[in-house]
Amino acid sequence: MTTISNAITSKTCQDLPTPTYFDVGKVRQDFPILKEKVRGKPLVYLDNAATSQKPQVVIDTITRYYLAENSNIHRGIHFLSERATRAYEDARLKVKGFLNASSTQEVIFVRGTTEGINLVAQSYGRAFIKAGDEIIVSAMEHHSNIVPWQILCEQVGVRLRVIPINDNGELLIDEYERLLNAKTKIVSVAHVSNALGTINPIRQIIEMAHRWNAPVLIDGAQAAPHLAVDVQDLDCDFYAFSGHKLFGPTGIGVLYGKADLLEKMPPYQGGGDMIRSVTFEKTIYNTLPYKFEAGTSHIAGVIGLGSAIDYLGRIGLEKIAAYERGLLAYATDVLSVITGVRIIGTAKEKAGILSFVLNGVHPHDIGTILDCDGIAIRAGHHCAMPVMERFGVPATARASFAFYNTKEEVDALVRAIHKVIEVFG
Amino acid sequence: MFDLGELYHDIIFDHNRKPRNFRKFEGANRMAEGSNPLCGDQITIYLHLDGEVIRDISFQGSGCAISKASASMMTDSLKGKTRAEAKVFFDKVHKMLIGEIDTKSDLNELGELTALSGVCNFPNRVKCASLAWHTLRAALKGDETVVSTEETIET
Repeated sequence: MTTISNAITSKTCQDLPTPTYFDVGKVRQDFPILKEKVRGKPLVYLDNAATSQKPQVVIDTITRYYLAENSNIHRGIHFLSERATRAYEDARLKVKGFLNASSTQEVIFVRGTTEGINLVAQSYGRAFIKAGDEIIVSAMEHHSNIVPWQILCEQVGVRLRVIPINDNGELLIDEYERLLNAKTKIVSVAHVSNALGTINPIRQIIEMAHRWNAPVLIDGAQAAPHLAVDVQDLDCDFYAFSGHKLFGPTGIGVLYGKADLLEKMPPYQGGGDMIRSVTFEKTIYNTLPYKFEAGTSHIAGVIGLGSAIDYLGRIGLEKIAAYERGLLAYATDVLSVITGVRIIGTAKEKAGILSFVLNGVHPHDIGTILDCDGIAIRAGHHCAMPVMERFGVPATARASFAFYNTKEEVDALVRAIHKVIEVFG
Repeated sequence: MFDLGELYHDIIFDHNRKPRNFRKFEGANRMAEGSNPLCGDQITIYLHLDGEVIRDISFQGSGCAISKASASMMTDSLKGKTRAEAKVFFDKVHKMLIGEIDTKSDLNELGELTALSGVCNFPNRVKCASLAWHTLRAALKGDETVVSTEETIET
């Protein structure tokens, strides 16, 4: 039985140019919260998979918007409205560049990855997926990439099929091959697993689904902050990510969709901005991308996200990926030699996430003791209960990294884990 | 200031390592399950209720040190008590966990359970400590739905 090989997705990792010097001390200066003390100790923030911290430039952009630019978009004829509209559409252009989409029409602003997936499930799903059809997800999905499909399954009588994973937390490609058939109407998988850190070979997954004419949605929530994404190169049909995990504000995210698919999909919500004309007899919908942006958007959020994308562009995602790869390898090495620690998720290709359990100590207790040392991790099932079941654990402790984390912080984590072991004897 | 010992009292460690009444027993005539979906804790409480008196009480499940110790101490404290006495315990423990215990004498009556008094300074651990108690209450009521820490809990 083959598992997905790293040769496929890891273009983003393996074809990286030799990393130039990355000054972590300098980038840390960009994030004011990292100077905070927690319980009298310097903050060690290792909960980036839950949400990331925000650089000063993003905070300033949002503040400036509310101080000097606040206005509704696409409707006012006054100066501020024009300025806000321009800033909003500029941000869309930045997202287009970030994903290498072929057009800004393909960039839909949503509340986050979850809403992006729900949009596709309800709009594409209800229009093009019928009773007796099949949807494929994987065993390592976040609940957000399971439940929207289950809702659709209940609504239209579709069967949800699941790609299994091996003990390392890698998808079983042979099993996926067997699941694909003429009834497969969409495949929806994570680019990077939030509970295990596995980087899935999405290029191969997409190519295989396309042989059966099934479109593919990629949940990019955990990938966008760590890996360069090129939706045209991947040939993916939909790609969703969240702004708040990408050093931008909460409440804003992006759904990328191929224009021809978005064109034929019905609107997800009705309201302002998504219509061209309304009479009580007939409503004509607006063109893309506005057809899917009903109501006043989170304008400040969009502009803040644009600022975060600019910020990342200045550092360079390749540099970030290379630095983080070194940091994760270091963290994996030093944690795995601690007696009693078992790492959950040992895929060959991983990004940003180190989930672990400690013999005889519940992750919740680990979390509290680490918190006493100012170290923020997450303890729980990470909204991926099927993953916990697969590995036979009720929960894990999860350290998740961003490019502003350091080896010294990993060392602090290790010292705190030793303290947990000492306390629990 | 933040003191780890305030939460992880030696008594907690003792009950975590050697939970009392950690078994299922034949002859239980009341049972209830509880779960904390956020951290994956699960507990089952078994009761033998003889009229108004709790003749025997035990638990099984998995959870963190706080939830296990709380369940263990609860079973120790309530064996032989009446349903009304158990209700008094429930109310006092609840008040202690949210930091609203009225008097020192109230606290003293809780005996070993006062080892949980530090929990009120750790708001995100209150659910861990209260899971067993809410599950007990469901068992006493004969309520067979699974108790969840994520439902509104009346006080």
